[in-house]
Amino acid sequence: MSATGVARTTAGQSRWSTIADYAPTYGAFAALILLLVVDSLFIPNFFHPSNFRNILLQVSPTVLVAVGMTLVIATGGIDLSVGAVMAIASAVAATSLSGGTALAIVLALAVATAAGAFNGALITGFRIQPIIVTLALLIAGRGVAQVINGGQLIPFSNPSFEYLGRGYVGPVPVQVIIMFVVVAAIVFVMRATTFGRYVVATGGNEAAARLAGVKVHRTKIAVYALSGLLAGIAGLIETARQGASDAPNIGPNIELDAIAATVVGGTPLTGGRATVIGTLIGALIMQIITTSINMKGYEYSWSLVIKAAIIVIAVYIQRPRVA
Amino acid sequence: MESITKVFSGHVALDNVNFQLERGEVHSLVGENGAGKSTLIKIMTGAYRRDDGRMWLEGREVSFNTPEDAQAAGVVAVYQEVNLLMYRTVAENIFLGREPRRFGFIDWKRMNADAGAILNRLGLEIDARATLGSLNIALRQMVAIARGVSFGAKVVVLDEPTSSLTEREVSLLYDVIRRLKAEGVGVVYISHRFDELYTVCDRVTILRDGKFVATRSLNGLEKIDLVCLMLGKQRDELQKKGATAFGEHHVGAQGSAPLLRAENLTRGRKLNRVTVEAGRGEIVGMAGLLGSGRTETARAIFGADAVDAGEIQLDGKRLRLRSPADAISAGLAFLSEDRKAEGIIPELSVRENLTLAALPSLSSAGVVSRAKQDEVVGRFMNRLGIKASSAEQKIRELSGGNQQKVLLARWLCKNPKFLILDEPTRGIDIGAKGEIQSLINELAESGLGVLMISSELEELVEGSSRVVVMRDGQAVAELRGVDISQDNIIHAMAEGGSPGVVQQKVGNEDARVE
Repeated sequence: MSATGVARTTAGQSRWSTIADYAPTYGAFAALILLLVVDSLFIPNFFHPSNFRNILLQVSPTVLVAVGMTLVIATGGIDLSVGAVMAIASAVAATSLSGGTALAIVLALAVATAAGAFNGALITGFRIQPIIVTLALLIAGRGVAQVINGGQLIPFSNPSFEYLGRGYVGPVPVQVIIMFVVVAAIVFVMRATTFGRYVVATGGNEAAARLAGVKVHRTKIAVYALSGLLAGIAGLIETARQGASDAPNIGPNIELDAIAATVVGGTPLTGGRATVIGTLIGALIMQIITTSINMKGYEYSWSLVIKAAIIVIAVYIQRPRVA
Repeated sequence: MESITKVFSGHVALDNVNFQLERGEVHSLVGENGAGKSTLIKIMTGAYRRDDGRMWLEGREVSFNTPEDAQAAGVVAVYQEVNLLMYRTVAENIFLGREPRRFGFIDWKRMNADAGAILNRLGLEIDARATLGSLNIALRQMVAIARGVSFGAKVVVLDEPTSSLTEREVSLLYDVIRRLKAEGVGVVYISHRFDELYTVCDRVTILRDGKFVATRSLNGLEKIDLVCLMLGKQRDELQKKGATAFGEHHVGAQGSAPLLRAENLTRGRKLNRVTVEAGRGEIVGMAGLLGSGRTETARAIFGADAVDAGEIQLDGKRLRLRSPADAISAGLAFLSEDRKAEGIIPELSVRENLTLAALPSLSSAGVVSRAKQDEVVGRFMNRLGIKASSAEQKIRELSGGNQQKVLLARWLCKNPKFLILDEPTRGIDIGAKGEIQSLINELAESGLGVLMISSELEELVEGSSRVVVMRDGQAVAELRGVDISQDNIIHAMAEGGSPGVVQQKVGNEDARVE
């Protein structure tokens, strides 16, 4: 946590105000610790390294998508199209693999980024609500992906591409490394760049940000493009893991998991604030619940009920308080 | 209505206000921001509950708990943004919630016929079967009035009904008002446009700071007296001095080319060929009542609203402004009037708010330099005496005066050439007010050009080297030197716009109100 918490607070400043600022994140962090303690008491072998590796493996696509979602939500928007963009990236990569792995990856990510930018352009240019624009792409996107795939499952055998989803560096899966690199990069962007500041300023008070010279339209388009890019990366990882491009079944309902992780992590849906680490923790909480229920041998449905309860509690805790 | 009082969490919004409306009377309600007009209207129409006082309708004492209560009793409000269903027909909107029924089903035939009859009665040629959304704003407003009439309204409240209408539509509205009047309906008319008040209203009630000032007949009431009542000035008491922290008048660099020149700015009915200029080191004041086009002028100069026509020059160079960002890079800065809605980013810290506009110059390759940032924040918090627990405190937790200082610092750290200030001292405590006034003074002395919009006449008189007076979207007068007095400003606000004089003022520097 030291990289993201209050380490930068300089002497003389009030540490407390900064901590209070991050409180929802710490709330989620505390919930994560509690969950781990409970699991370690009731589930044998929970602390086995392979279990952790599995949890991280399973959570990484959701985290990638959720980090993009966090930025979108911080501008006051929402992106429902991420699962569909994963499918498009998957189809583009699978059909262009014959031209070389690098080309396939670059092409797939470029298309995914463009799809996100298209969302942003429609939202800002025509002032259509984000939920409508991205819903349209959610519906159309998988169709587009299937057209690219010719309506079929496209299997492939390409070890260098599959490395993305199946490879390891030492004991750590490649996709987990990608996940942590992306999270660290976005944390840096939000903390230290003009773009990060513009994102929260736009979400916090769009009229004021515009009068202060912030190019709010450009900022929003960039945020949706970034969300598209991250969904594209998640799509490639899933495709590589499965060894095939299966457009209808890649990343099902991932937009909902991503929104849930964002909300549980402390980013308010009203925008103006982005807790990226909180989103990572939120996604982990959700995944650990699923895994725990599974290991205990309970019905999968129970994990859904518990997750729903956690979302409601998180939103309740974070509700705006009157000063 | 008698002795109406309303308190919002300790703040008295209305204090013992009296209001009396006769049958068949058009009664105007006027006052500057925070006078309590909307609060009074909302109590009258049941949207708020009063804390004290009594209300009578046709001699019977009444008490409305909800807008529905008020409607049922015959008191109806038509607001600026019409609250109707865009995708339903005119007739459906008029009878929404009380559709005539037959065998339990809506009796469409009767509904359309009844709606047609009401529209006819008001002299409106609107098809009752048309979808509301297909009508223009003026006609939608008429439908809203028709809806009120269909309730058998005895009192109709019109809140700034003309703000989005064209001249022709306004005369249509006047016709409808005259018909209501003829039918014995009392109309409460809220507008900032004096010509409208004098055209359609019989009497006027003036509110100021939540207090009842006076009810007068408009016939025989001079405009200047009306303005004095609104602003709380005595006509013979307009000479007092030393109420502000401004020093001597700023003459600026006379004779040289102006630093900023905005020419013939025109935007719909809001701005009509407004020309303003200001030199280096000069504070040009801008006066005018609410809705006179002051803020609109500022926003147009800053590129925040697109203009239909007009030209803006800074340092002799013509500016092409498509957004505030363009204006900022040209060297303009704009402190907006509504601190909450258009100034602060509430959830961000003092540091983040202060540096928002200057970020590009504090960063390289998009990465903000923490050191440069802290240096700037420290320097300006010191210079302006911003009181916060630390630079990391959220700006929404600061007092109004300190928030305003942060917003001023947001611009000053960019070293702008020209500063536009819209009500720089509104809603802040006396101490901060004086500090901000002397700061503005200092800035002008250092060579900045300043356009200062203010509702406080003392501020304009003592702070400015020239005062431009706005009225109904036009710059109706420009006062200089010894002519700058509260008396003259009020004169221009009230009378400045007889057509002949207006023509003379536009683009003509020498014309002034005596």
